[in-house]
Amino acid sequence: SRCINAEYGSSGINAEYGVSTAAAPRTKYGGKTTVTLIPGDGVGPELAESVTTIFKEMAVPVEFEMIDLNREQLKDEGAFDYAIKSLKRNGVGLKGVINRSADFRHHNVEFRGNLDVYANVVRCMSFEGIKTHHTGIDLIAIRENTEGEYSCLEHESVPGVVESLKIITREKSMRIAKFAFDYAREHNRKKVTCIHKANIMKQSDGLFKACCKEVSEDYPMIKYEEQIVDNTCQQLVINPQQFDVMVMPNLYGNLVSNLAAGLVGGAGVVPSKSYGENIAVFEPGARHTWMEMKGMYVANPSAMVLSGAFMLKHLQLHEAGDVLIKAVKRVINRGEVRSRDLGGSCTTREMTRAFLAELDAIHSE
Amino acid sequence: AVVSTQVREAVVSTQSTGVMPNLYGDIFSDLTAGLIGGLGLAPSGNMGKDGIAIYEAVHGTADDLVEQNKGNPTALLMSALMMLRHMGLKTHADKIEGAVLETLKERKFVTGDIGGTATNPEYAAEICRKIKG
Repeated sequence: SRCINAEYGSSGINAEYGVSTAAAPRTKYGGKTTVTLIPGDGVGPELAESVTTIFKEMAVPVEFEMIDLNREQLKDEGAFDYAIKSLKRNGVGLKGVINRSADFRHHNVEFRGNLDVYANVVRCMSFEGIKTHHTGIDLIAIRENTEGEYSCLEHESVPGVVESLKIITREKSMRIAKFAFDYAREHNRKKVTCIHKANIMKQSDGLFKACCKEVSEDYPMIKYEEQIVDNTCQQLVINPQQFDVMVMPNLYGNLVSNLAAGLVGGAGVVPSKSYGENIAVFEPGARHTWMEMKGMYVANPSAMVLSGAFMLKHLQLHEAGDVLIKAVKRVINRGEVRSRDLGGSCTTREMTRAFLAELDAIHSE
Repeated sequence: AVVSTQVREAVVSTQSTGVMPNLYGDIFSDLTAGLIGGLGLAPSGNMGKDGIAIYEAVHGTADDLVEQNKGNPTALLMSALMMLRHMGLKTHADKIEGAVLETLKERKFVTGDIGGTATNPEYAAEICRKIKG
Protein backbone atom coordinates (compact mmCIF):
# COMPACT_ATOMS: atom_id res chain seq x y z
CA SER A 1 0.00 0.00 0.00
CA ARG A 2 1.04 3.61 -0.51
CA CYS A 3 1.77 4.24 3.11
CA ILE A 4 4.35 1.48 3.68
CA ASN A 5 6.32 2.36 0.59
CA ALA A 6 6.26 6.05 1.48
CA GLU A 7 8.21 5.22 4.62
CA TYR A 8 11.02 3.58 2.74
CA GLY A 9 11.07 5.91 -0.24
CA SER A 10 10.20 3.39 -2.95
CA SER A 11 7.15 3.54 -5.17
CA GLY A 12 5.09 1.32 -7.42
CA ILE A 13 1.56 0.44 -8.22
CA ASN A 14 -0.42 -1.81 -5.94
CA ALA A 15 -2.02 -3.67 -8.84
CA GLU A 16 -4.85 -5.33 -7.04
CA TYR A 17 -6.22 -2.17 -5.57
CA GLY A 18 -5.19 0.22 -8.35
CA VAL A 19 -3.69 2.53 -5.76
CA SER A 20 -0.45 4.30 -6.57
CA THR A 21 2.16 3.68 -3.95
CA ALA A 22 4.03 6.90 -4.74
CA ALA A 23 3.90 9.37 -1.87
CA ALA A 24 0.86 11.64 -2.21
CA PRO A 25 1.43 15.38 -1.74
CA ARG A 26 1.05 16.52 1.85
CA THR A 27 -0.14 19.74 3.37
CA LYS A 28 3.04 21.75 3.29
CA TYR A 29 3.51 25.42 3.99
CA GLY A 30 6.83 27.21 4.02
CA GLY A 31 8.79 23.95 3.92
CA LYS A 32 7.04 22.56 7.00
CA THR A 33 4.64 19.65 7.02
CA THR A 34 1.45 20.05 9.00
CA VAL A 35 0.33 17.07 11.01
CA THR A 36 -2.64 16.67 13.30
CA LEU A 37 -1.87 16.21 16.99
CA ILE A 38 -4.63 14.90 19.24
CA PRO A 39 -3.29 14.58 22.81
CA GLY A 40 -6.46 12.87 24.05
CA ASP A 41 -7.51 12.25 27.65
CA GLY A 42 -5.84 11.31 30.89
CA VAL A 43 -2.06 11.47 30.65
CA GLY A 44 -2.30 12.14 26.89
CA PRO A 45 -1.59 15.89 27.10
CA GLU A 46 1.53 15.27 29.22
CA LEU A 47 2.85 12.76 26.69
CA ALA A 48 2.06 15.11 23.79
CA GLU A 49 4.02 17.82 25.61
CA SER A 50 7.09 15.54 25.54
CA VAL A 51 6.82 15.19 21.80
CA THR A 52 6.26 18.88 21.06
CA THR A 53 9.17 19.84 23.34
CA ILE A 54 11.54 17.39 21.67
CA PHE A 55 10.46 18.31 18.14
CA LYS A 56 10.99 21.99 18.94
CA GLU A 57 14.50 21.35 20.28
CA MET A 58 15.34 19.22 17.27
CA ALA A 59 13.90 21.93 14.99
CA VAL A 60 12.15 19.35 12.81
CA PRO A 61 10.12 20.88 9.95
CA VAL A 62 6.83 19.72 11.37
CA GLU A 63 3.98 21.95 12.43
CA PHE A 64 1.35 20.54 14.71
CA GLU A 65 -2.32 21.29 14.24
CA MET A 66 -3.32 20.63 17.83
CA ILE A 67 -6.82 19.34 18.38
CA ASP A 68 -8.02 19.06 21.91
CA LEU A 69 -10.49 16.23 22.29
CA ASN A 70 -11.42 15.27 25.77
CA ARG A 71 -14.65 14.18 27.36
CA GLU A 72 -15.97 17.75 27.64
CA GLN A 73 -15.21 18.70 24.05
CA LEU A 74 -16.68 15.47 22.73
CA LYS A 75 -20.11 16.47 23.90
CA ASP A 76 -19.98 18.86 20.94
CA GLU A 77 -20.23 16.68 17.82
CA GLY A 78 -18.53 19.38 15.80
CA ALA A 79 -15.25 18.95 17.69
CA PHE A 80 -14.94 15.32 16.72
CA ASP A 81 -15.93 15.92 13.10
CA TYR A 82 -13.35 18.70 12.90
CA ALA A 83 -10.66 16.29 14.08
CA ILE A 84 -11.62 13.86 11.31
CA LYS A 85 -11.50 16.67 8.72
CA SER A 86 -8.07 17.72 9.96
CA LEU A 87 -6.68 14.19 9.69
CA LYS A 88 -8.14 13.77 6.20
CA ARG A 89 -6.59 17.05 5.15
CA ASN A 90 -3.17 16.49 6.68
CA GLY A 91 -2.94 12.77 5.97
CA VAL A 92 -0.75 12.22 9.04
CA GLY A 93 -1.57 12.30 12.72
CA LEU A 94 -0.13 11.64 16.16
CA LYS A 95 -2.63 10.79 18.83
CA GLY A 96 -3.24 9.71 22.38
CA VAL A 97 -6.36 7.87 23.54
CA ILE A 98 -9.74 9.53 23.75
CA ASN A 99 -11.85 8.45 26.67
CA ARG A 100 -15.19 7.09 25.65
CA SER A 101 -17.82 9.73 26.13
CA ALA A 102 -20.96 9.03 28.10
CA ASP A 103 -23.27 8.78 25.10
CA PHE A 104 -21.78 5.46 23.96
CA ARG A 105 -20.26 6.87 20.81
CA HIS A 106 -17.05 4.96 20.38
CA HIS A 107 -14.77 7.73 19.30
CA ASN A 108 -11.59 5.72 18.97
CA VAL A 109 -13.42 3.09 16.93
CA GLU A 110 -15.10 5.77 14.82
CA PHE A 111 -11.77 7.37 14.02
CA ARG A 112 -10.52 4.19 12.48
CA GLY A 113 -13.76 3.44 10.63
CA ASN A 114 -14.34 6.97 9.36
CA LEU A 115 -10.76 7.38 8.18
CA ASP A 116 -10.53 3.73 7.12
CA VAL A 117 -7.28 3.38 9.03
CA TYR A 118 -7.45 -0.33 8.50
CA ALA A 119 -4.05 -1.69 9.50
CA ASN A 120 -2.68 -1.29 13.00
CA VAL A 121 0.96 -2.35 13.34
CA VAL A 122 2.56 -2.93 16.74
CA ARG A 123 6.16 -4.04 16.81
CA CYS A 124 7.21 -5.54 20.15
CA MET A 125 10.95 -5.70 20.57
CA SER A 126 12.76 -6.58 23.78
CA PHE A 127 14.77 -3.79 25.37
CA GLU A 128 18.14 -4.79 26.86
CA GLY A 129 17.64 -2.41 29.74
CA ILE A 130 14.19 -3.60 30.79
CA LYS A 131 14.16 -6.69 32.94
CA THR A 132 11.54 -9.07 31.58
CA HIS A 133 11.03 -12.81 31.88
CA HIS A 134 11.54 -13.32 28.17
CA THR A 135 14.22 -11.71 26.02
CA GLY A 136 14.99 -11.69 22.33
CA ILE A 137 11.43 -10.90 21.29
CA ASP A 138 10.88 -9.18 17.96
CA LEU A 139 7.36 -9.70 16.73
CA ILE A 140 5.02 -7.57 14.65
CA ALA A 141 1.30 -7.74 15.39
CA ILE A 142 -0.84 -6.58 12.48
CA ARG A 143 -4.44 -6.02 13.39
CA GLU A 144 -7.40 -5.41 11.10
CA ASN A 145 -8.73 -2.23 12.62
CA THR A 146 -12.11 -1.46 11.04
CA GLU A 147 -14.44 -4.45 11.32
CA GLY A 148 -14.70 -7.74 13.18
CA GLU A 149 -15.85 -7.62 16.78
CA TYR A 150 -15.61 -3.82 16.81
CA SER A 151 -18.43 -3.28 14.35
CA CYS A 152 -20.44 -1.93 17.28
CA LEU A 153 -23.62 -3.49 15.97
CA GLU A 154 -25.49 -4.69 19.02
CA HIS A 155 -29.15 -4.98 19.81
CA GLU A 156 -31.37 -6.30 22.55
CA SER A 157 -34.32 -7.87 20.74
CA VAL A 158 -35.53 -9.49 23.94
CA PRO A 159 -34.85 -7.83 27.32
CA GLY A 160 -31.82 -9.47 28.90
CA VAL A 161 -30.64 -11.04 25.66
CA VAL A 162 -28.09 -9.01 23.69
CA GLU A 163 -26.90 -9.96 20.24
CA SER A 164 -23.63 -8.63 18.92
CA LEU A 165 -22.65 -8.84 15.27
CA LYS A 166 -19.08 -9.69 14.35
CA ILE A 167 -18.58 -8.66 10.73
CA ILE A 168 -15.83 -10.25 8.64
CA THR A 169 -15.74 -9.40 4.94
CA ARG A 170 -13.69 -10.90 2.16
CA GLU A 171 -12.70 -7.45 0.97
CA LYS A 172 -11.22 -6.31 4.28
CA SER A 173 -9.68 -9.67 5.10
CA MET A 174 -7.91 -9.81 1.73
CA ARG A 175 -6.79 -6.23 2.24
CA ILE A 176 -5.24 -6.80 5.67
CA ALA A 177 -3.67 -10.08 4.56
CA LYS A 178 -2.05 -8.35 1.57
CA PHE A 179 -0.89 -5.55 3.85
CA ALA A 180 0.69 -8.08 6.23
CA PHE A 181 2.55 -9.96 3.51
CA ASP A 182 3.69 -6.72 1.83
CA TYR A 183 4.89 -5.45 5.21
CA ALA A 184 6.74 -8.71 5.86
CA ARG A 185 8.42 -8.52 2.48
CA GLU A 186 9.39 -4.82 2.84
CA HIS A 187 10.94 -5.49 6.24
CA ASN A 188 12.65 -8.80 5.31
CA ARG A 189 10.58 -10.86 7.72
CA LYS A 190 10.39 -14.62 7.20
CA LYS A 191 7.01 -15.77 8.45
CA VAL A 192 3.40 -14.62 8.72
CA THR A 193 1.09 -16.34 11.20
CA CYS A 194 -2.68 -15.95 10.88
CA ILE A 195 -4.30 -15.86 14.33
CA HIS A 196 -7.91 -17.03 14.43
CA LYS A 197 -10.57 -19.07 16.18
CA ALA A 198 -12.09 -20.71 13.13
CA ASN A 199 -12.67 -24.00 14.99
CA ILE A 200 -15.53 -22.20 16.77
CA MET A 201 -16.35 -19.24 14.50
CA LYS A 202 -16.28 -21.36 11.39
CA GLN A 203 -17.74 -18.83 8.99
CA SER A 204 -16.36 -15.51 10.19
CA ASP A 205 -12.85 -16.53 11.27
CA GLY A 206 -13.02 -19.27 8.62
CA LEU A 207 -13.35 -16.58 5.95
CA PHE A 208 -10.52 -14.54 7.46
CA LYS A 209 -8.26 -17.58 7.54
CA ALA A 210 -9.14 -18.56 3.95
CA CYS A 211 -8.29 -15.07 2.72
CA CYS A 212 -4.91 -15.13 4.47
CA LYS A 213 -4.16 -18.53 2.94
CA GLU A 214 -5.16 -17.28 -0.53
CA VAL A 215 -2.90 -14.22 -0.26
CA SER A 216 -0.02 -16.33 1.10
CA GLU A 217 0.15 -18.18 -2.20
CA ASP A 218 1.34 -14.98 -3.89
CA TYR A 219 4.31 -14.75 -1.52
CA PRO A 220 6.09 -18.12 -1.81
CA MET A 221 9.24 -16.74 -0.15
CA ILE A 222 7.41 -16.06 3.08
CA LYS A 223 6.42 -18.93 5.36
CA TYR A 224 2.71 -19.03 6.24
CA GLU A 225 1.18 -20.57 9.37
CA GLU A 226 -2.14 -20.56 11.13
CA GLN A 227 -2.67 -20.68 14.90
CA ILE A 228 -5.69 -20.66 17.16
CA VAL A 229 -5.78 -17.53 19.34
CA ASP A 230 -5.97 -19.21 22.75
CA ASN A 231 -2.95 -21.32 21.93
CA THR A 232 -1.25 -18.16 20.65
CA CYS A 233 -1.69 -16.48 24.03
CA GLN A 234 -0.18 -19.49 25.71
CA GLN A 235 2.70 -19.63 23.24
CA LEU A 236 3.34 -15.92 23.76
CA VAL A 237 4.06 -16.47 27.44
CA ILE A 238 6.01 -19.70 27.00
CA ASN A 239 8.00 -19.06 23.84
CA PRO A 240 7.34 -15.62 22.31
CA GLN A 241 10.53 -15.75 20.24
CA GLN A 242 8.78 -18.12 17.80
CA PHE A 243 6.64 -15.29 16.41
CA ASP A 244 7.56 -13.07 13.49
CA VAL A 245 4.69 -11.25 11.76
CA MET A 246 1.18 -12.00 13.01
CA VAL A 247 -2.02 -11.01 11.24
CA MET A 248 -5.42 -11.14 12.87
CA PRO A 249 -8.92 -9.70 13.12
CA ASN A 250 -9.71 -6.77 15.37
CA LEU A 251 -10.31 -8.25 18.83
CA TYR A 252 -7.51 -10.80 18.79
CA GLY A 253 -5.23 -8.02 17.56
CA ASN A 254 -6.19 -5.91 20.56
CA LEU A 255 -5.48 -8.75 23.00
CA VAL A 256 -2.31 -10.04 21.35
CA SER A 257 -0.71 -6.61 20.97
CA ASN A 258 -1.46 -5.74 24.60
CA LEU A 259 -0.11 -9.09 25.76
CA ALA A 260 3.03 -8.72 23.68
CA ALA A 261 3.50 -5.15 24.95
CA GLY A 262 3.38 -6.53 28.50
CA LEU A 263 6.10 -9.02 27.61
CA VAL A 264 8.60 -6.38 26.46
CA GLY A 265 8.01 -3.71 29.08
CA GLY A 266 4.44 -2.46 28.96
CA ALA A 267 2.27 0.30 27.58
CA GLY A 268 4.87 2.94 28.31
CA VAL A 269 7.42 1.74 25.78
CA VAL A 270 5.57 0.30 22.78
CA PRO A 271 4.63 2.57 19.85
CA SER A 272 2.29 1.74 17.01
CA LYS A 273 1.54 2.84 13.47
CA SER A 274 -1.83 2.66 11.75
CA TYR A 275 -2.29 2.91 8.00
CA GLY A 276 -5.12 3.61 5.62
CA GLU A 277 -5.02 4.19 1.88
CA ASN A 278 -4.10 7.86 2.25
CA ILE A 279 -3.51 8.30 5.91
CA ALA A 280 -1.13 7.29 8.65
CA VAL A 281 -1.78 7.68 12.37
CA PHE A 282 0.87 7.16 15.03
CA GLU A 283 -0.02 6.42 18.62
CA PRO A 284 1.15 4.34 21.60
CA GLY A 285 0.64 0.60 21.00
CA ALA A 286 -1.34 -0.26 24.10
CA ARG A 287 -3.97 2.40 24.27
CA HIS A 288 -4.77 3.52 27.79
CA THR A 289 -5.65 6.93 29.13
CA TRP A 290 -4.60 6.28 32.76
CA MET A 291 -7.16 8.81 33.96
CA GLU A 292 -6.21 8.36 37.63
CA MET A 293 -2.76 9.82 36.99
CA LYS A 294 -3.89 12.80 34.91
CA GLY A 295 -1.82 15.88 35.64
CA MET A 296 0.72 14.04 37.80
CA TYR A 297 3.39 13.67 35.09
CA VAL A 298 4.29 10.10 36.08
CA ALA A 299 3.55 8.43 32.75
CA ASN A 300 6.36 7.09 30.59
CA PRO A 301 6.54 9.18 27.41
CA SER A 302 8.72 6.67 25.53
CA ALA A 303 5.86 5.07 23.58
CA MET A 304 4.49 8.43 22.49
CA VAL A 305 7.94 9.80 21.60
CA LEU A 306 8.79 6.63 19.63
CA SER A 307 5.44 6.98 17.82
CA GLY A 308 6.48 10.55 16.97
CA ALA A 309 9.83 9.27 15.70
CA PHE A 310 8.13 6.74 13.42
CA MET A 311 5.93 9.55 12.18
CA LEU A 312 9.07 11.51 11.24
CA LYS A 313 10.32 8.53 9.25
CA HIS A 314 6.97 8.30 7.52
CA LEU A 315 7.40 11.95 6.52
CA GLN A 316 10.75 10.95 4.93
CA LEU A 317 12.60 12.73 7.76
CA HIS A 318 14.66 9.58 8.31
CA GLU A 319 17.68 11.17 9.90
CA ALA A 320 15.63 12.92 12.55
CA GLY A 321 13.46 9.85 13.15
CA ASP A 322 16.40 7.46 13.44
CA VAL A 323 18.35 9.71 15.80
CA LEU A 324 15.33 10.13 18.06
CA ILE A 325 14.72 6.35 18.16
CA LYS A 326 18.39 5.83 18.99
CA ALA A 327 18.23 8.38 21.82
CA VAL A 328 15.11 6.88 23.41
CA LYS A 329 16.48 3.33 23.21
CA ARG A 330 19.79 4.37 24.72
CA VAL A 331 18.10 6.08 27.67
CA ILE A 332 15.84 3.07 28.30
CA ASN A 333 18.67 0.56 27.94
CA ARG A 334 21.04 2.49 30.18
CA GLY A 335 18.36 2.23 32.85
CA GLU A 336 19.47 5.25 34.88
CA VAL A 337 16.42 7.42 34.23
CA ARG A 338 13.36 5.28 34.69
CA SER A 339 9.71 6.13 35.10
CA ARG A 340 7.44 4.27 37.49
CA ASP A 341 6.41 1.57 35.05
CA LEU A 342 10.07 0.66 34.54
CA GLY A 343 10.74 0.39 38.25
CA GLY A 344 12.05 3.90 38.84
CA SER A 345 10.53 7.13 40.04
CA CYS A 346 11.33 9.66 37.33
CA THR A 347 8.67 11.97 36.03
CA THR A 348 7.52 12.38 32.44
CA ARG A 349 9.53 15.58 32.19
CA GLU A 350 12.69 13.96 33.59
CA MET A 351 12.45 11.24 30.96
CA THR A 352 11.98 13.91 28.27
CA ARG A 353 15.02 15.81 29.52
CA ALA A 354 17.02 12.58 29.41
CA PHE A 355 16.01 12.04 25.76
CA LEU A 356 17.07 15.61 24.94
CA ALA A 357 20.41 15.15 26.70
CA GLU A 358 20.98 11.95 24.76
CA LEU A 359 20.15 13.72 21.49
CA ASP A 360 22.83 16.30 22.32
CA ALA A 361 25.30 13.53 23.11
CA ILE A 362 24.60 11.76 19.81
CA HIS A 363 24.93 15.04 17.94
CA SER A 364 28.40 15.63 19.32
CA GLU A 365 29.56 12.07 18.51
CA ALA B 1 -11.46 -4.47 33.99
CA VAL B 2 -11.11 -4.09 30.25
CA VAL B 3 -9.91 -7.46 28.94
CA SER B 4 -6.95 -6.03 27.01
CA THR B 5 -5.61 -4.39 30.20
CA GLN B 6 -6.19 -7.59 32.14
CA VAL B 7 -4.33 -9.67 29.57
CA ARG B 8 -1.37 -7.28 29.74
CA GLU B 9 -1.42 -7.21 33.54
CA ALA B 10 -1.64 -11.01 33.72
CA VAL B 11 1.86 -11.29 32.32
CA VAL B 12 3.31 -8.85 34.83
CA SER B 13 1.42 -9.55 38.06
CA THR B 14 1.12 -12.82 39.98
CA GLN B 15 -2.42 -12.95 41.30
CA SER B 16 -5.67 -12.39 39.57
CA THR B 17 -9.21 -13.66 39.62
CA GLY B 18 -11.75 -12.75 37.05
CA VAL B 19 -15.14 -13.65 35.73
CA MET B 20 -15.62 -13.35 32.00
CA PRO B 21 -17.64 -14.40 28.95
CA ASN B 22 -16.85 -17.46 26.86
CA LEU B 23 -14.25 -16.28 24.34
CA TYR B 24 -12.20 -14.28 26.84
CA GLY B 25 -12.32 -17.25 29.24
CA ASP B 26 -11.00 -19.56 26.54
CA ILE B 27 -8.14 -17.19 25.81
CA PHE B 28 -7.42 -16.37 29.46
CA SER B 29 -7.34 -20.00 30.62
CA ASP B 30 -4.75 -20.92 27.98
CA LEU B 31 -2.77 -17.77 28.74
CA THR B 32 -2.63 -18.45 32.48
CA ALA B 33 -1.84 -22.13 31.88
CA GLY B 34 1.16 -20.95 29.89
CA LEU B 35 2.25 -18.70 32.74
CA ILE B 36 2.39 -21.56 35.25
CA GLY B 37 4.17 -24.08 33.05
CA GLY B 38 1.83 -25.16 30.33
CA LEU B 39 -1.29 -27.07 29.52
CA GLY B 40 -0.03 -30.23 31.17
CA LEU B 41 -0.72 -28.63 34.54
CA ALA B 42 -3.94 -26.66 34.32
CA PRO B 43 -7.16 -28.15 35.77
CA SER B 44 -10.69 -26.87 35.40
CA GLY B 45 -14.27 -27.47 36.36
CA ASN B 46 -17.55 -26.70 34.61
CA MET B 47 -20.47 -25.96 36.91
CA GLY B 48 -24.06 -26.12 35.78
CA LYS B 49 -27.60 -26.01 37.00
CA ASP B 50 -28.89 -28.44 39.64
CA GLY B 51 -25.42 -29.04 41.01
CA ILE B 52 -24.02 -30.71 37.91
CA ALA B 53 -20.24 -30.45 37.78
CA ILE B 54 -17.91 -31.75 35.09
CA TYR B 55 -14.17 -31.57 35.67
CA GLU B 56 -11.65 -31.66 32.85
CA ALA B 57 -8.14 -30.62 31.99
CA VAL B 58 -7.79 -27.33 30.09
CA HIS B 59 -5.79 -29.06 27.37
CA GLY B 60 -7.06 -30.86 24.28
CA THR B 61 -6.48 -34.35 22.92
CA ALA B 62 -2.73 -33.94 22.15
CA ASP B 63 -2.90 -36.30 19.16
CA ASP B 64 0.86 -36.11 18.69
CA LEU B 65 1.44 -37.80 22.06
CA VAL B 66 -0.99 -40.73 21.69
CA GLU B 67 0.17 -44.18 22.94
CA GLN B 68 3.62 -43.04 23.98
CA ASN B 69 2.98 -42.69 27.71
CA LYS B 70 4.42 -39.18 27.44
CA GLY B 71 1.35 -37.14 28.40
CA ASN B 72 1.40 -35.20 31.66
CA PRO B 73 -1.55 -36.42 33.77
CA THR B 74 -1.28 -33.57 36.29
CA ALA B 75 -3.99 -31.45 34.66
CA LEU B 76 -6.54 -34.26 34.70
CA LEU B 77 -5.44 -35.41 38.15
CA MET B 78 -5.82 -31.91 39.65
CA SER B 79 -9.23 -31.65 37.97
CA ALA B 80 -10.16 -34.91 39.73
CA LEU B 81 -9.02 -33.38 43.04
CA MET B 82 -11.31 -30.41 42.40
CA MET B 83 -14.05 -33.00 41.93
CA LEU B 84 -13.20 -34.72 45.24
CA ARG B 85 -13.40 -31.40 47.04
CA HIS B 86 -16.77 -30.71 45.42
CA MET B 87 -17.91 -34.10 46.77
CA GLY B 88 -16.77 -33.19 50.26
CA LEU B 89 -13.71 -35.47 50.22
CA LYS B 90 -11.27 -32.73 51.15
CA THR B 91 -8.86 -34.86 53.22
CA HIS B 92 -8.27 -37.26 50.35
CA ALA B 93 -7.82 -34.42 47.90
CA ASP B 94 -5.33 -32.64 50.15
CA LYS B 95 -3.27 -35.80 50.63
CA ILE B 96 -3.02 -36.48 46.91
CA GLU B 97 -2.31 -32.83 46.13
CA GLY B 98 0.52 -32.77 48.66
CA ALA B 99 2.11 -35.78 46.96
CA VAL B 100 1.72 -34.22 43.49
CA LEU B 101 3.24 -30.89 44.51
CA GLU B 102 6.17 -32.58 46.23
CA THR B 103 6.88 -34.74 43.19
CA LEU B 104 6.81 -31.69 40.95
CA LYS B 105 9.08 -29.80 43.34
CA GLU B 106 11.68 -32.61 43.45
CA ARG B 107 11.69 -32.81 39.63
CA LYS B 108 13.16 -36.35 39.72
CA PHE B 109 10.18 -38.08 38.13
CA VAL B 110 8.43 -35.46 35.98
CA THR B 111 7.23 -35.63 32.37
CA GLY B 112 8.83 -34.13 29.25
CA ASP B 113 6.59 -31.08 28.89
CA ILE B 114 8.00 -29.62 32.10
CA GLY B 115 11.58 -30.62 31.45
CA GLY B 116 11.81 -34.15 32.83
CA THR B 117 12.26 -37.60 31.31
CA ALA B 118 9.76 -39.75 33.20
CA THR B 119 6.87 -41.51 31.51
CA ASN B 120 3.28 -41.04 32.62
CA PRO B 121 3.25 -44.34 34.64
CA GLU B 122 6.61 -43.54 36.31
CA TYR B 123 5.34 -40.13 37.41
CA ALA B 124 2.12 -41.64 38.75
CA ALA B 125 4.06 -44.39 40.59
CA GLU B 126 6.15 -41.73 42.37
CA ILE B 127 3.00 -39.92 43.48
CA CYS B 128 1.61 -43.22 44.83
CA ARG B 129 4.86 -43.86 46.71
CA LYS B 130 4.58 -40.48 48.38
CA ILE B 131 0.95 -41.09 49.34
CA LYS B 132 1.81 -44.42 50.95
CA GLY B 133 4.40 -42.50 52.89
